[in-house]
Amino acid sequence: MLDKLKKLLENIRQTQFVRSIFRMGGGFPRDVRQRMFVMLNNFFMHLHPVRIPKHAIKIKYTWCMGGLSFFIFLVLAVTGMLLMFYYRPTVEFAYGDVMDMNEQVPLGIMREIHRWGAHLMIITVWLHMFRVFMTGSYKPPREFNWVIGVILLLLTMLLSFTGYLLPWDQLAIWGISVGSNMAAASPFAGTEGPGASLLKIGSINFVHKGADARFVLIAGRFIGEAALVRFYVLHCVVLPFTIMIFMAVHFWRVRKDGGISKPL
Amino acid sequence: MEAIKNFINACAVPSRMFPVIVLLFFFVFPVNSFFEKYNKLFFLDRLWTKKGGIFLFSTLTMFLSIGMLDENFRHTVSKPDNLPIVGLIYASLFFLWVALSQARENDLRLEKNEKPKEWHDSQEKILVWPDLVSIELIAMLFALGFLFTWGILVDAPLEEPANLATSPNPAKAPWYFLALQEMLVYFDPALAGVIFPTLIVVGLMAIPYIDNNHKATGYYTFKERKLAITIFLFGWIILWLFMMVIGTILRGPNWNFYGPFEYWDPHKVEALTNINLSEYLYVIGLNMGLPGNIFIREAPGIFLISLYFIGGGFLLTKTVFKNLFKSLGPLRYSFFLVLLLFATSLPIKMTLRWLFNLKYIVSIPEFFFNI
Repeated sequence: MLDKLKKLLENIRQTQFVRSIFRMGGGFPRDVRQRMFVMLNNFFMHLHPVRIPKHAIKIKYTWCMGGLSFFIFLVLAVTGMLLMFYYRPTVEFAYGDVMDMNEQVPLGIMREIHRWGAHLMIITVWLHMFRVFMTGSYKPPREFNWVIGVILLLLTMLLSFTGYLLPWDQLAIWGISVGSNMAAASPFAGTEGPGASLLKIGSINFVHKGADARFVLIAGRFIGEAALVRFYVLHCVVLPFTIMIFMAVHFWRVRKDGGISKPL
Repeated sequence: MEAIKNFINACAVPSRMFPVIVLLFFFVFPVNSFFEKYNKLFFLDRLWTKKGGIFLFSTLTMFLSIGMLDENFRHTVSKPDNLPIVGLIYASLFFLWVALSQARENDLRLEKNEKPKEWHDSQEKILVWPDLVSIELIAMLFALGFLFTWGILVDAPLEEPANLATSPNPAKAPWYFLALQEMLVYFDPALAGVIFPTLIVVGLMAIPYIDNNHKATGYYTFKERKLAITIFLFGWIILWLFMMVIGTILRGPNWNFYGPFEYWDPHKVEALTNINLSEYLYVIGLNMGLPGNIFIREAPGIFLISLYFIGGGFLLTKTVFKNLFKSLGPLRYSFFLVLLLFATSLPIKMTLRWLFNLKYIVSIPEFFFNI
């Protein structure tokens, strides 16, 4: 019985159809040659090298934090897209839609996973940076990948920050108020920032409440409809795209700069 | 029990807790032979052994679990959005121990002229399939399981609908920005909200270009990178995590300080006694009004700030950083020094506030410029 099943599977694997999908012809890699080819011939695997030094699989060394950050990003992308089906970014509907996800969906935990995932990703990214520092992995030739990593850290926090406004509850609007008020204090660019009052001709101010850094951030003099749409677009389109590009460069540079750091 | 709680509340006030923690920090992470002597004397290096780890974790867990019996403590710590902070305290302590216990092990090896243990592992090459991909799969499943459990057990918070007319007290930014919000207590928004965050990002990016000690790559060590690790850990543990925990858990209504076991009483009154340096000098010292000319009024403050950056810089270069200046070269060194002086200005300003109720050293509200 088992032999017949095995033979059937083998026959299916040899069909033109399956062989056209998997460049290796499908099947579980069994010998060294196949194990090497699975890395080279599979798009989702080709991020990896074929061989790595043994210390690279020690959890004690890597803490898995970089990989987990990427994985949680994928979880956030999937849950975020699911949430987008049910969420309308307007002052009229936003709160109600989020409320419905809490109250009307049986066993609905997508919003929970998205929110806690966002918190978790910040923690894993911080810990990844901590690990890279403690092993001295930012040293040449990996300096610039550390710089990209800092940009990714910043983007992660901005993604979390822009998402914070979307439920449109008290926690959201006041949390973002505190943050966006800081923009008003930017030197020269914010109304309450140092030097802004110097930028004027006669009595005409260039930097005022209707044209300063805070206005650019929240698209208005106070947090309202326009701010919600702006944060929605930043959170769902602009920042995810940007972070994906930087992530791609980050991973590519890990490989090009000689793979995982190792003692010389 | 009440007496112990009151004692902890009194100890937790930043002006008492902060200096103690900073002092403790330098003995736990000894940057030179002086601190190293006391580090060994008080058995602080044993913190990174297995026994030390058990001690650290049982102490933290005991404090948290006994603390949870208290209503006020439970209220602040178990807020859904504060849970990541508790997780982060555990995780950062755990990984600090993981990093430093391996560093200790490697340092002992290096002392005996042996290679670090990562070196032996790295000599052998293994195939990514199946050794790495299986670990990745397990890690992914764990993370997913963890997230699902967390999602099922704790509901994501949803408060009243947004209303700009009723502001909550206190209004807090998301927890990962609370170190910056906590800095607002001591600095003007332009500095705490814009300039310091920019400098943090620039400073982080500059690390690989400033640190020209290229030898210790790919293994955990403390002895070979004492200064780099001490500075990084000071920023990460004290200026970021510690400030964030204060901002999240110990700041209540009106951004007043509340001990971990204290009731968040919105009517708690704190005297607003902070005054500027110029007021100290002219009004209290010389018993006269403030001069009308801004530059005369703020000259002492501007002098002090320039003294800090120029005089302090020269002093450090001539004394403790003498060798560092030689090894880094003038360009690297000046970047390092400016970033370091900005970073240390935070604890210095905090201390000045506690000792003298000093509000701003330079205060030019006419141009929204305060230091």
